[in-house]
Amino acid sequence: MILDGAREVDRIELSGDRDVVRARRRIADRMDALGARALRKTRFVTAVSEVARNAVVHGGGGVMTVYAFKSARIGIECRDRGPGIASIEQALSDGFSTTGSMGHGLGGAKRLSDAFEIDSRPGGGTVVRMLGSL
Amino acid sequence: MPPSALENVLDILKTDQDGVLAGWIEVADEEGVKRSDLFSEREGREQAASLLKAFRNGISERTDKDDFDIQAEHWADLRGVLGEITHERVERGVQPSEMAGFVLALKGPLFSRLKERLAKKPEQLVEEILIASKAIDAFAIYTNEVFIAEREAVIERQREEMMELSTPVVELWSKVLTLPLIGTLDSLRAQEVMENLLQAIVHYQAEVVILDITGVQTVDTQVAQHLIRTAAAVRLMGAKCIISGISPKIAQTMVQLGVDVGEVRTRSTIRTALTDALLTVGYAITPIKNHQEGTLV
Ligand SMILES: Nc1ncnc2c1ncn2[C@@H]1O[C@H](COP(=O)(O)OP(=O)(O)O)[C@@H](O)[C@H]1O
Ligand SMILES: [Mg+2]
Repeated sequence: MILDGAREVDRIELSGDRDVVRARRRIADRMDALGARALRKTRFVTAVSEVARNAVVHGGGGVMTVYAFKSARIGIECRDRGPGIASIEQALSDGFSTTGSMGHGLGGAKRLSDAFEIDSRPGGGTVVRMLGSL
Repeated sequence: MPPSALENVLDILKTDQDGVLAGWIEVADEEGVKRSDLFSEREGREQAASLLKAFRNGISERTDKDDFDIQAEHWADLRGVLGEITHERVERGVQPSEMAGFVLALKGPLFSRLKERLAKKPEQLVEEILIASKAIDAFAIYTNEVFIAEREAVIERQREEMMELSTPVVELWSKVLTLPLIGTLDSLRAQEVMENLLQAIVHYQAEVVILDITGVQTVDTQVAQHLIRTAAAVRLMGAKCIISGISPKIAQTMVQLGVDVGEVRTRSTIRTALTDALLTVGYAITPIKNHQEGTLV
């Protein structure tokens, strides 16, 4: 697991649009405090926005947990108890969306983060973990 | 072995609740904790009484020698009362240290009574003071946590309200409009922004619209989609749409997201966008010949 050895430092409930904004802001503030470079912050915060949005829109709401490392990294885990994803490969491919939106979120988050992990199966909810460097 | 490690504390709270209450409020007063906006006289007494009652109930339901954990079921009442009182205080701008100080002031009257009772049993005295002290400290910390959470919620609400001040469409020049977007573009707000803009296009008979996103922190796929849709609607109205203020960071991020803005014209700054827009409607900004610095014509 990419979050091994990390320490939980924050937790954000995700139930609506507002919470996605909140999650972004909390991560941005934390990365600022840690002295992250501007581009890295923008990239990671955007990735966070995508997975948080997915938890709200597709997963029916969830929780984001934020992790700190001894090294210059930050991590998150986004967990929901929604319907899960039938084909992760398909969900990751650009343009695939079951809701008629852009379908670039999941793949984009993977490209924007430094490490990306997803666990999901139909009926079992979805867990996404990501690392960003500072 | 005593039935409960807090046997005497409990008994004092049962038999001398009024005395402890009076002593508590007095100590709080002396230490300058009581401000008129922290507690009014009557309110203070009532709330201190309900706190004390919840404290007593918690202790009597507490299993012997368990570690003190404010999240435990038997402290639910106390958490509720503390939470409620703290909530009201935040709204009045009371400082967290004042509330914590008030809670801590309970130690005075309680411990002086314990000392009288257990003068001959120093071991029991020390034990009860230690445990009760731990409990009261935990309450004080808890009020602090509630305070911080409440304050954050207040700040966040104000921030959100500020962001949501309706986004103004500005007429920069005849037939040229700009819409400076700030903050977040969630679905609801994006809808509103688009409606305002389309109406303004009709109203000003605009030919060019500049959507300036300099103040937008994050462009994720949802925001990008809103922008693209807005631009498409502007085009359908027969006007040209320019998106300005895309910083290099955001440009790179959008590329990685694989977002294609298609035919939408983009400019890095509002200045270049304006130059473009003016050209479209047949104007140009040119320097004045023989102009003297500082002269206002
Ligand atoms: N947390 C989730 N729970 C269930 N399904 C999800 C979740 N996240 C993504 N998906 C599925 O993967 C698809 C692609 O996601 P994404 O790339 O973010 O595109 P979009 O959100 O625009 O549909 C979604 O349409 C959805 O079917
Ligand atoms: Mg998505």
